[in-house]
Amino acid sequence: MEQIESHKPRVGRFALFLTFSRISLSSFGGALFWARRGLVERQRWLTEREFVELLSLGQLLPGPNVLNLTVMVGYRFAGWSGAAAAVAGYLGWPCLVVIGMGVLYQHYGALPQVQRALAGMSIVAAGLLLATVIKLAFVLPRHWRPWLFGMLAFVGVGVMRWPLLWVIGALAPLAIGATWKEKE
Amino acid sequence: MDRLDLGALFLHFLALWFVAVGGPSTILPDIHRYLVEAHHLLTSAQFAEIYTLAQVAPGPNVMYVTLIGWHLAGWAGVAATTIPLLVPATTLTLLVGHFNERYPNAPIGRAVRRGLMPITIGLMFASATILMRAVNHDWRGYLLTLLTVAVVLRKSWNPLWLLAAGALAGMLGLV
Repeated sequence: MEQIESHKPRVGRFALFLTFSRISLSSFGGALFWARRGLVERQRWLTEREFVELLSLGQLLPGPNVLNLTVMVGYRFAGWSGAAAAVAGYLGWPCLVVIGMGVLYQHYGALPQVQRALAGMSIVAAGLLLATVIKLAFVLPRHWRPWLFGMLAFVGVGVMRWPLLWVIGALAPLAIGATWKEKE
Repeated sequence: MDRLDLGALFLHFLALWFVAVGGPSTILPDIHRYLVEAHHLLTSAQFAEIYTLAQVAPGPNVMYVTLIGWHLAGWAGVAATTIPLLVPATTLTLLVGHFNERYPNAPIGRAVRRGLMPITIGLMFASATILMRAVNHDWRGYLLTLLTVAVVLRKSWNPLWLLAAGALAGMLGLV
């Protein structure tokens, strides 16, 4: 059995809970940016490549992909209870926050100042997501095939606006098959 | 407005999450259809407001389903819309995660992970461009988005400051 090169840091349940709480509570405008920043840059629990790999698996499975990533990261470091701790941190707080915001919104949501601030924040949030994708794209091998599959997925969903299920259904078997054949 | 049937709501969301391959944005149209068109539990405007609110709240974007539940039926509604989203993650994902950790060098696992990577990145790029077009109405908005990208790629500032700057720019009417 060959040894995989990735080091696996020791991470406890409480650390998982705290880190995913932190990721979740700073996740304005989507969790992906903050998940990458927390797991790859701050904690260094995962390499850039491991992050994309787990995220890809999370994407293939039903459910929110970052939640699936949370489950797999929790399980990887501390088993079943680690997965539970990570999910509790990731979903528990925002559940309370979103309800609190629902209550506040009923009182202040219609104020024009609030509306404009929200609009400005979502413009920045779009930039955060775009920057995350650019950083992650650096892990792709310098070979035409992965870039072709990436382009096709982008055009199918982002430009043609075809249903995601069709696009993944058509591309995933081809991409997995092509990778399967290229044995090193 | 129909009488709210929490059990039916729960089952509908449960079924949706099992086909939600690729994340919450794929099932949004169907949630809209179910709540607004089929059962008249929300107006379309209410649906859009709740969605936007959850987008700007800290936490994953998927929390809009929790907010819908809260709006419809308080804590019972929260349970009916939020618990279903956990079910696939805690069953299928744990199984796959288990296999993946147990056999990290299995050729099938390796091919799946490596093969899907570029598709994931392409899809995220699609989400980023769709979001960018949805929130920006003129060149000043795009400039702010691209400025954000440049700062994130070159500096390691805490992005919360960037979001605060965005809020300020919005309040001052710059974007």
